[in-house]
Amino acid sequence: MILIQARTEPSNTMKFVSPLLAVTLTLIFGGILFTAIGKSPVQALQVLLIAPLSDAYNIGEMFVKMGPLLLCAVGLSLCYRANMWNIGAEGQLLAGALGGSAAALYFIESESIFALPLTLIAGMLSGMICAAIPTYLKLRFNSNLILTTIMFNYIALYLLIWSVHGPLRDPQGYGFPESALFADNTLLPTLFEDSRIHLGVLFALIASVIGWFILTKTHLGFQVRVFGADESAAKYAGFKGNKLGWLVMLFAGALAGLAGVSETTGPIGQLVPNVSPGYGYSAIIVAYLGRLHPIGAIIAAVFMAVLYMGGDLAQIEMGIPVAVVSMFQGVLLFFLLACDFFINNRLTFTNQATN
Amino acid sequence: MKAQTSVSRLELIGLTKQYPGCLANDDISITLQPGEIHALLGENGAGKSTLVKTIYGVVSPDKGDILWNGKEVNIKSPSIARELGIGMVFQHFSLFETLTVSQNIELCLSKKQLSQIDDLDSRINTLSEEYGLNVDPTRYVHSLSIGERQRVEIMRCLVQSVKLLILDEPTSVLTPQEVSGLFDVLRILSKEGCSVLFISHKLHEVTEICDQATILRGGKVVDTCVPNDETPASIAKMMVGDLAEQDAGYSKKEGSKTLFTASNLSLSSKQPFGTALKKINFDLKAGEILGIAGVAGNGQDELMAILSGEDDRNVGSALLMNELEIGHLHAGERRKLGMAYVPEERLGRGAVPDMSLTENTLLTHSKGFVSKGLVQWQGVKDYTNQLIEKYKVKCHGEFSEARSLSGGNLQKFIMGREIGQDPKVLICAHPTWGVDVGAALAIHQALLELRDQGAAILLVSEDIDELFLLADCMAAVCDGYLSPQVKTEDTNIDQIGQWMAGTFINEQASTTQPQSPTKEAVI
Amino acid sequence: MDADLIVQILFAAIKTGTPLLFIALGEVICEKTGVLNLGQEGMMLMGAVVGFLAAYSTGNMGFGVIAAMLMGSIMSLIFAVLVLHVGANQVATGLALTIFGTGLSAFVGADYVGKTLQGFQPIAIPVLSDIPYLGRIIFNHDILVYFSFFMTGLLIFVVNKTRLGLTIKAVGENPNAANAIGIKVLKVRYLAVMFGGAMAGISGAYMSLVYTPMWVEGMTSGRGWIALALVVFASWRVGRIMLGAYLFGLASIMHLVLQGLGLSISPNLLAMLPYVATVVVMVIISADHFKEKLLAPRSLGKPFNPRNMA
Repeated sequence: MILIQARTEPSNTMKFVSPLLAVTLTLIFGGILFTAIGKSPVQALQVLLIAPLSDAYNIGEMFVKMGPLLLCAVGLSLCYRANMWNIGAEGQLLAGALGGSAAALYFIESESIFALPLTLIAGMLSGMICAAIPTYLKLRFNSNLILTTIMFNYIALYLLIWSVHGPLRDPQGYGFPESALFADNTLLPTLFEDSRIHLGVLFALIASVIGWFILTKTHLGFQVRVFGADESAAKYAGFKGNKLGWLVMLFAGALAGLAGVSETTGPIGQLVPNVSPGYGYSAIIVAYLGRLHPIGAIIAAVFMAVLYMGGDLAQIEMGIPVAVVSMFQGVLLFFLLACDFFINNRLTFTNQATN
Repeated sequence: MKAQTSVSRLELIGLTKQYPGCLANDDISITLQPGEIHALLGENGAGKSTLVKTIYGVVSPDKGDILWNGKEVNIKSPSIARELGIGMVFQHFSLFETLTVSQNIELCLSKKQLSQIDDLDSRINTLSEEYGLNVDPTRYVHSLSIGERQRVEIMRCLVQSVKLLILDEPTSVLTPQEVSGLFDVLRILSKEGCSVLFISHKLHEVTEICDQATILRGGKVVDTCVPNDETPASIAKMMVGDLAEQDAGYSKKEGSKTLFTASNLSLSSKQPFGTALKKINFDLKAGEILGIAGVAGNGQDELMAILSGEDDRNVGSALLMNELEIGHLHAGERRKLGMAYVPEERLGRGAVPDMSLTENTLLTHSKGFVSKGLVQWQGVKDYTNQLIEKYKVKCHGEFSEARSLSGGNLQKFIMGREIGQDPKVLICAHPTWGVDVGAALAIHQALLELRDQGAAILLVSEDIDELFLLADCMAAVCDGYLSPQVKTEDTNIDQIGQWMAGTFINEQASTTQPQSPTKEAVI
Repeated sequence: MDADLIVQILFAAIKTGTPLLFIALGEVICEKTGVLNLGQEGMMLMGAVVGFLAAYSTGNMGFGVIAAMLMGSIMSLIFAVLVLHVGANQVATGLALTIFGTGLSAFVGADYVGKTLQGFQPIAIPVLSDIPYLGRIIFNHDILVYFSFFMTGLLIFVVNKTRLGLTIKAVGENPNAANAIGIKVLKVRYLAVMFGGAMAGISGAYMSLVYTPMWVEGMTSGRGWIALALVVFASWRVGRIMLGAYLFGLASIMHLVLQGLGLSISPNLLAMLPYVATVVVMVIISADHFKEKLLAPRSLGKPFNPRNMA
């Protein structure tokens, strides 16, 4: 007889075990799925998870994918801690790419050493604007943040598409919806020879350390946590909810914007319609998997980046549709939410049947 | 009213219910005769609520049998209980505010019961007249007062021709005048042969209306008695065990300087079905406790929110603290000026459930622990340990999450935290609600100590007895109006009871000057 | 603009609004019982792809619709178990459902991209379709549009006139009280969530079987999210959802209207219009905080656990 019992105190062990358990269960699910569609599960998982880490080049590529995921996830972790349901990292990332690219194209002839910093700042500001509008609407007019941020994902996407078809299109580009290639002066330097790991990856790591510091060491971070855990208590204590809401949303917007501009000025080198393969959405999973903890997000972002790489490789090598990645992400989050049940509950095994 | 037949209406045999970490009911056996009004007495946490929920089918017992009219029954759900003829009036009403009275009643009826009634509205009207309940079936529940809502709950049971009516602390939400109306209804029911199970901890009520009483303590039946043969004191002793009698009465003090003033404070409610505050005036003096009595939902929540600054609307000069206008300041700024606040909800407002006690200390007590925006966690930890020790908070340690503490222990912690900030003004809601006797005593002592140090204290409570025990002067709220303030020695339960029912409102309206003569007499 | 064009535009608005109507009808019932399912987009996509697959491989359109509804319910069941039994956060679970559905639909439909089918044909209703103008706008649609009319009417009746409607409202307002008077709260919520799933499924099927009619990855392009806004816009009232759905439909075919007015704007900018309109509408509706609090189901988004009822 198995019984579910509520724990008197939540299990700290389970808080760490739960994501690992969720990953394991997702892999088992994947194995079953691949068997079902007639692919070798061992080979598929090998391609998905091991191959991306098999050589220096692939590891480098993995870090390149980790950068934007981590930047977005750190911002989202803070937002979710404050109970601000920002689903708009994708839009903020695209806005950052758009704004940053506009600046980069403006500086295309410039020799100034400020060109790159200004480009990055333009990207961050664009991300912040894209986050600011829904934040204002929520705090001033009480509109639903989830829905407005999602709407801004679409608005930013179409704005970007419009731009590459119109004002930002490369006049010499034979009509392709792409901007001109940016000047070297506005490209992010790479960190190592023979690798595409660029400064943006370092930004991401720094951002997660800053996020961790804010959250655990400062009074402001404490207020953010209280606000998210229990809004009535935050009001009772006299914390200013609006200020905290603005803070986390602008922080997240800036980081997502930085992720966007780092993509265009980093590995891509120009503005294209498909800047992001859904980094902003995946970052939600990364944030959750990392327990809404900026340092935990690093590990989760690495895992997610591996999955992205693996998805590409699986399509090339085994003809598995790349959509398998986003399906796995969904399954992973399901399993994580289910495993979290055991943080506050436990199974007990008894011999006697109860009546 | 004694048993006319040999078969008892309800017999409970050895009911046992175990919750994680708590044996709520331990081998409980009780018998009820038809027409008997039976009191179930006990402290908070004695297991009364669990027991009646078991009878009503909300909770399923781990062990034990229930006999209904001599036959064994398995009450798996409230609908089965209602089929049998068991009705229940909950402490926190199970009514739906966005529905009408008759829709609320319809939801409780089975299809079979419903088919036997031609016209529900006229049935309600008939019963309403028969029992003097005065319930209008077409009104929406959110427009009803608390007393009226309780009558809707009772009506819900009457429509189903109830044979056993369970009332969970029915009088705690009523004015003394409404209570006697309720008792009239119960007496009619009893004459008709309906049994009543009456939960209370107010002993004078039990002696007034009940035929039999069962006393629970720690989940066990510790005694049974015929209330008429006992005194409230002797029953109290059965309830609390060997603890010394608590309410010896404390000395009353007269305050000195006025530290906090509310003048002509009027404010609409932020909640759709809330109560608006109407021209509220009072003074809090250093070294004095002002007690505000009132039935729940008469504007207490709104008043506390605007006084503490949780309600962030600017009321300008309507609030003065130390002669300083504070109506525009938010809660944090008011705290900095020396205000502390103990809210009604401990978990989920006074303390964050999922955070440790250390973090919960920092929640309101940041002075000295935050420099340049950084938290000195070690300092907060040490201080929290001191609080735990000083107020004898039972917990595993400063790392314990707030939700793992019992209500009384958490309240001691919150009290300690707020008092520890040396407030000039303390606002305190229902300080001992749901707290065991020992903790209540400690909380009373702490409040009096703070008063004697010269703080001004506002105490809002639904428990009149507690207010008379602690407060130096008193007032009552009704429908968002506040009565004049009087010295506790110069008033009595009758007057405060009448004020709770709103008798002062017309008098106040007729005098153009809100500063009524009664109040000047106090000053 | 001549009358013919106006008729054409209004006809198209109904057609474009129909998937929104289906999905929002499902969601409003779900929300009325207090459950917020943000997985609409995922369920809708799964409905679209499974509906298309079933219809394509059997050649039977009706079978496609039924398969889509079943798929939507199955998807919603995953959500329901996690939220209602495991007690997972409704927002996070809904997001997971959307991400999962987006991926799974693309995965399942990978081989079917670009294939087309015949689609449901319009059925002109005798007599009624001869009414000048109105007949061509309202009574010359395919069978699923008529079904959406029927469902709207049915739900208005159920919500306002029946005991089931009372039960739904009671559970959404105060699940603890509902439990105390013996309503099976979880059962009601399960059924409501699954009804929402079925409606999302049929909405997806409408996209892939009637509207386009083909399967394209991510073809719902945010309609599931717009439907959620629509429910707020309609203040949780069924009748208003129909109105709102057609207004949003109108916003999505703005290029037709502008064409009629002789204006030309970049299609990429016009594509933003439904989303901008959604934001604007949300602001107008929720600005009155007091009113929204009054109208929204009180327990919306909050978990209910009968085990905690001690």
